[in-house]
Amino acid sequence: MFDLTGKSALITGASGGIGAAIATALHGAGATVGLSGTREDPLNALAGTLGERAHVLPCDLSDAEAVNALPKRATEAMGAVDILVNNAGITRDNLFMRMSEEEWQSVLDVNLTSAFRLSKGVMRGMMKARWGRIVNISSIVGATGNPGQANYAASKAGMVGMAKSLAYEVASRGITVNAVAPGFIATPMTDKLTDEQKAKIDAQIPAGRMGKPEEIAAATLYLASPEAAYVTGTVLHVNGGMAML
Amino acid sequence: MSDNIEERVRQKVVEHLGVEEDKVVANASFIDDLGADSLDTVELVMAFEEEFGIEIPDDAAESIQTFGDAVTFIKANT
Repeated sequence: MFDLTGKSALITGASGGIGAAIATALHGAGATVGLSGTREDPLNALAGTLGERAHVLPCDLSDAEAVNALPKRATEAMGAVDILVNNAGITRDNLFMRMSEEEWQSVLDVNLTSAFRLSKGVMRGMMKARWGRIVNISSIVGATGNPGQANYAASKAGMVGMAKSLAYEVASRGITVNAVAPGFIATPMTDKLTDEQKAKIDAQIPAGRMGKPEEIAAATLYLASPEAAYVTGTVLHVNGGMAML
Repeated sequence: MSDNIEERVRQKVVEHLGVEEDKVVANASFIDDLGADSLDTVELVMAFEEEFGIEIPDDAAESIQTFGDAVTFIKANT
């Protein structure tokens, strides 16, 4: 099941915990992967672990020109981009009343506008191939909101609206566009929380624990697979039941 | 040579939209007469770009509504 042999996938934010897990899962299913991110060392380390069929494609997603050039670089490296995973994301949390234009704009640029640019950049190839998968990694807070994260929540909700609109436009061409919305996922960032903070979080989650990056990767792998051809414009919530949407 | 361009454009239209060759006349609108939807017109422009090795900017692409528009644009830009 979920055989991606012969498919090429571009994953942004592959230097992070969730992105690396997604790249590993797609690669494990046989895909060639393009690992993008700002930090080159973790990308090289991941490519080293994966071995063959892994390409390192560093890119600063806040740089419009670099983002617009990425699909072409990925196509040159891998021959095509059949699967795009818009996973990269940043946070610049602040109370709404104190949030600066810069905090707002930088999060929108990296999280949402780069997803627009990359999706546009890979669309031509997907249209010609009559096959394509775009998976936007959104967030539970895009659906529920979160104090201190107006910018982040707006960007993550925006990824869903964009995915649904694009899904309408290209469904007849064999291209699906979906989103995965993770809840609390254990990453190096959450490792820094105290046990007390972690216990508080766990108490809000019916599953009683945080999710694993591999659990987000599994949802992404499904949506990227040939088996998910009839699933488009949807949001797959992976949150241990924390919000049943 | 110019007739050749017209014929090549016509072949692309026939191929992409699955219409009869004799329906592809100068004033035939891709959308109103040849059954294209808006995404088909985007794909047609992509096909023209590749066939003729040219780049058709978005604003020019939007002005290409009929077979005649396409031929005129391509003749002027090849």
